[in-house]
Amino acid sequence: MTLDLSLLPDGGVSWLDASGDHAGIVLSTRIRLARNLEGFAFPGRARDGERLRVLSRVREAVGTAPSLRHHVLVRVDDLAAEDRLLLHERHLVSRELAGLDPQHPVRSGAAVFLGPGTGVMVNEEDHLRLQALRSGFAVSEAYAALDRIDEELGATVPFAYHQEFGFLTSCPTNTGTGMRASVMIHLPGLNATKEISKTLAGLQQMGLTYRGLYGEGSEVVGNFFQISNQTTLGRSEEEIIDQLMYVLRTVISREEDARRVLLRDAGYIIEDKLWRAYGTLRYARSLTFDEAMSYLSGVRLAVGLKLITGLSVYTLNKLLIFSQSAHLAQAEGRALTDSEANLVRARYVRQLLAEEAGTNG
Amino acid sequence: MLCDNCKERDSVVTLTRSNADGVVTEEHLCERCAIERGIETHIAQPKQPLADFIGALHKQLPASPHDSGRCGFCSGTLRDFRSTGRLGCPYCYATFEATLRDWLRRIHGNSKHVGKRYQPPVPLVEEGATVLAELRDRLRRAVEQEQFEEAARLRDQIKVLE
Repeated sequence: MTLDLSLLPDGGVSWLDASGDHAGIVLSTRIRLARNLEGFAFPGRARDGERLRVLSRVREAVGTAPSLRHHVLVRVDDLAAEDRLLLHERHLVSRELAGLDPQHPVRSGAAVFLGPGTGVMVNEEDHLRLQALRSGFAVSEAYAALDRIDEELGATVPFAYHQEFGFLTSCPTNTGTGMRASVMIHLPGLNATKEISKTLAGLQQMGLTYRGLYGEGSEVVGNFFQISNQTTLGRSEEEIIDQLMYVLRTVISREEDARRVLLRDAGYIIEDKLWRAYGTLRYARSLTFDEAMSYLSGVRLAVGLKLITGLSVYTLNKLLIFSQSAHLAQAEGRALTDSEANLVRARYVRQLLAEEAGTNG
Repeated sequence: MLCDNCKERDSVVTLTRSNADGVVTEEHLCERCAIERGIETHIAQPKQPLADFIGALHKQLPASPHDSGRCGFCSGTLRDFRSTGRLGCPYCYATFEATLRDWLRRIHGNSKHVGKRYQPPVPLVEEGATVLAELRDRLRRAVEQEQFEEAARLRDQIKVLE
């Protein structure tokens, strides 16, 4: 089966449009709820037939849920490896569901229901991973969308629930609310002023943790940090959200302060560095993904500081997603070696930036 | 002592400063105000995010007399959990309740869910039937594969549910 993402209501990327609050600093907000069906072993332990029965029960439930009426079912287990990677690069499925690690190949029954801003992964680490993705800093809004889906599905299929422990999950680190609320934030100012480790240590004291661009186990590239709650038991969903919002507001304002300090104390050095990053992206002939991320981080900062005008955050967000390997391969219509991908990436980045410069003077 | 800044919470950090004339001043801050001021209250920045650390904690789960038990539904054991960090099915929580309660307390600082309450949809008879059907299916496969010990265990489990 070949994947046609244009079939999705919004291509699965409406969260890139930079329409949300603080979209220059906060790329996106994502919340997920882990749920399992009563009467079935967790996907890691279940047999093939059992996972397929889970999928068919979920499918029936999705059919009766008004919030999921426009969602499209993608059978991840039917997809070729490059299409699974594409879904993962677009942040629509996790690495585990996409079966990208050789030691954890894709499971039978792995599927995802995709719709505008929300999705339901089936047979991931848990039977269900409900997720909502929003542009910018939109924690409450994302949770409201997710809570509706949770109510609707939970009213049709019985979720595994324990009076004391709450919602039961395959890994007990998720037990309780099953909720992970996270914000993808760009912190080049705090990094450049060497304040970042203090901030990250502070986060951890407040019960939050951070990861890279792709969640668990991923490295931090381009100064993008995914900040989320660490624990899921003993605090309500509202408390988790309130605390994340409280701490994130502080982080955002400290990042803004750091940027002001940078401009004040090192104005021309910073300006030079950021324009060089822009120049490289405009004219380079070969770019690795990490290089592109690092220069894009500089250009994003330059746009935030209004040193570069006429370049939209939306374009920068698009570059972040569409300059990844599987996206480039899809655009080219063929598999690419690493060095070919670097050439295609540089061309794509040049084109998009030139178009933007052309339209905006 | 109350925090000098917010005057609401207890202070946990004492900030000692001396100016050019050698005059020393002390300020007492609560954790929140200290963090807001950018003061590192943590001893050192861990190289790896906390998640990795917590991910590895299940390996430290102390041995307990319940360890020898086996989940009646998925036949998972605590030994499996210790090696993978994952449980086999929702019923493992009841089977290993005491050990898991202890583990949950260590990880989350709490074992009591205070979030959203949930009431499963009504037709519980049918749900029981689903569990039974699943167990019967497992029993049939166990017999086919001549795993008689497993089959006997499943048969007992089915009897209890019936």
